[in-house]
Amino acid sequence: MHYHSPSTFEDAARLAASTTGVTRFLAGGTDVLVQMRAGMVLPDDLIDLKGIPGVADIQQTEDGGWRIGVAVPGIQLGAHAALVADWPGVVEGMELVGSTQVQGRATLTGNLCNGSPAADSVPGLVAAGATVEITGQDGTRTASVEDIPAGPGKTTLAQGELISAILLPPRGQNGGDAYLRFIPRTEMDIAVVGCAVSLTLDGDTVTAARVALGAVAPTVVLVPEAAEAIIGTTLDDAALEALAKAASAACNPIDDKRGTVAFRTDVAGVLAGRAAKIAYTRAKGA
Amino acid sequence: MSKTHVTTKVNGDTVEFLADPRASLLDCLRDNLGLTGTKEGCGTGDCGACSVTLDGTLVCSCLVLGVEAEGREIGTIEGMAEDKELHPLQRKFIEHAALQCGFCTPGFLVAAKALLDQNQNPTEEEVRYWLAGNLCRCTGYDKIIRAVMDAAAELRGEAA
Repeated sequence: MHYHSPSTFEDAARLAASTTGVTRFLAGGTDVLVQMRAGMVLPDDLIDLKGIPGVADIQQTEDGGWRIGVAVPGIQLGAHAALVADWPGVVEGMELVGSTQVQGRATLTGNLCNGSPAADSVPGLVAAGATVEITGQDGTRTASVEDIPAGPGKTTLAQGELISAILLPPRGQNGGDAYLRFIPRTEMDIAVVGCAVSLTLDGDTVTAARVALGAVAPTVVLVPEAAEAIIGTTLDDAALEALAKAASAACNPIDDKRGTVAFRTDVAGVLAGRAAKIAYTRAKGA
Repeated sequence: MSKTHVTTKVNGDTVEFLADPRASLLDCLRDNLGLTGTKEGCGTGDCGACSVTLDGTLVCSCLVLGVEAEGREIGTIEGMAEDKELHPLQRKFIEHAALQCGFCTPGFLVAAKALLDQNQNPTEEEVRYWLAGNLCRCTGYDKIIRAVMDAAAELRGEAA
């Protein structure tokens, strides 16, 4: 295996494009190193991105959004008060990933690129309307977070392309987001169902919303029907019921040891309602 | 397989070693530097037995490559006692019998110290969540939690 430590994303993209064997990018390493050890993935070329300037930075952009470097670990997100104030749901999703030790390494970008349908940080990013900056040999492009996962362990990134930053939009006034997951214990487990809701209020009325579900389909999914169920409402009981119904209807889960199809489908609706209520309370400034 | 020359700091001392690029920091600490206090439990980041600090951040050394240590500062269990004086956490683990086989103990101590370095007055709940990534198959955890709470009290200057 060749270990590379390029100093620009362009060099990393060129390296990845020129390799013929198995290539992996290394940020936090909490998935890649486990896969290497298990023999699931034996890279011929491992491209460490942590030598690229800016990858460990969280920056506010000119429009009031956020640019999060690809090597920013969970622990750094949680310690950033202004980011937590804007996007508490995004941060709480990431903070549910693994232990304190894993939080010291694991990144949003890695969680996204690992392609797990149960990735805890991805629904929050999708609900927030986050995008990613992708660097390839011919320059950069941006894509919505929901367009990156292609199925378990797969992404839509081409060979020679890599994510060079996560971009969160400006939160704006009267907005709030939240992420909840169901696991059979209190810590250190993989989501059976995850749900993130982001919404904006005008007075008591929801004027914009995005709802994303995890672990109930081959990828994390954005559910526009669930958002439509609460837009224009004050999140009254009828709206919450419609939201739960729409969230459950969007589920296409697997049966496995962690949860049955029926259970996951039902819990998706329950979590959507609860997450929406938390997001609503946060949007109210409470 | 060509090896990579790595210069890093371990417990304040500058050290050098030749790392196979696939070798974990844990392997390099144990096999190249002879620092065998850091243990390998699972090798997949689940058990915390290999906990070290990397530039002050608590990590599993099995989830870090040895080559990534270049230019960084690593803290291991060997750096915890000062000369022959045990760290209060080490003393309290003994007093509370917070270990049986002892295999998880270095990881628990390094992890608990990382917590107390940033929060000298944690609640029991905070301690339990912080240490959720450290597995012990002998003690049932209560003695470990009591030892950490007691060490925190001592570090705050409160009589036990």
